[in-house]
Amino acid sequence: MCHQTVGLVARQLEESGIPTVTMTSARDITLAVNPARAVFLDYPLGHTAGQVDDPSLGRQIVAGALQAFADADHPGWIRDQPFRWAENDSWKDDVLRPSRPVESDGAESADDRSPRVDTPQYQLVDDAFAAQQSHSGQQRLVRKGVDY
Amino acid sequence: MTDHRQPPVNYIDRTRAQYDALGYAPYTWAKNADAGPWAEVSRPLSESRLGMVATGGIYRVGQTAFTHRDDTTFRTVPSDVDAAELRATHFAYDLTDARTDINVVFPIGPLRALVEDGVIGELAPDFYTCMGGIYSQRRVRDRLAPAIVERCHDDKIDLALLVPV
Repeated sequence: MCHQTVGLVARQLEESGIPTVTMTSARDITLAVNPARAVFLDYPLGHTAGQVDDPSLGRQIVAGALQAFADADHPGWIRDQPFRWAENDSWKDDVLRPSRPVESDGAESADDRSPRVDTPQYQLVDDAFAAQQSHSGQQRLVRKGVDY
Repeated sequence: MTDHRQPPVNYIDRTRAQYDALGYAPYTWAKNADAGPWAEVSRPLSESRLGMVATGGIYRVGQTAFTHRDDTTFRTVPSDVDAAELRATHFAYDLTDARTDINVVFPIGPLRALVEDGVIGELAPDFYTCMGGIYSQRRVRDRLAPAIVERCHDDKIDLALLVPV
């Protein structure tokens, strides 16, 4: 879904005259959205730009993506990054395939994503207090969806 | 262990299968068969101002976090922000690594290093972050995307790097 959202943003940026490169870890979704320039990294979702505490790898990955500005020569261009997540691809076995059997009544049992809620979801409780402080008296901005 | 190469995960097929298993109606993904718009690169990266738009629900301490239901707002994050002030919230991906090292979904460290090396001319003063996990394509087209595009032009960026999660 995120890849789709970004693909739609990419198209509007291109339309407005700003060239884009889209980094992606969901090759099929990116192909469907078809942004101008895409660079695919075959990593699990949540690691579009690299692995934890590996700045040197991150730099290679980002540099590899940015190279597309020079190399891409037609809309819909896509290149695969040479990096591999692990020595084998077993991480792919469980993606969107809950290991537990799906129970007959069980939406909850098979859907391991967190429930959709309309209130801000803070990483830390303290963040909620910090946000409250920095927005005191500006609640309307929040509701109107203006960025803050 | 044997070295079995697997092709890239097909997320559209697997999501369809998961929705089926859950008894949900199938989701209709955006599909653009046409080649789409294309903006020419007018100057080399080393002379360009680069902007970044990232999904993944990243916010800075002091900002309101994203909700987990079709949130089409976005946040402004200065490109020189202290990474320790960044947070991630989302419903659709494992946040463990993003919360350990935000660079895995928001590569500010690598981008700064590439500016220092002269590979990138400069970074835009602000980057933009949003939720991304938005089911309504119409709301992305009509609200979120135009707002971000406007900001990118205000910032006079030459090129944009897009980082979905």
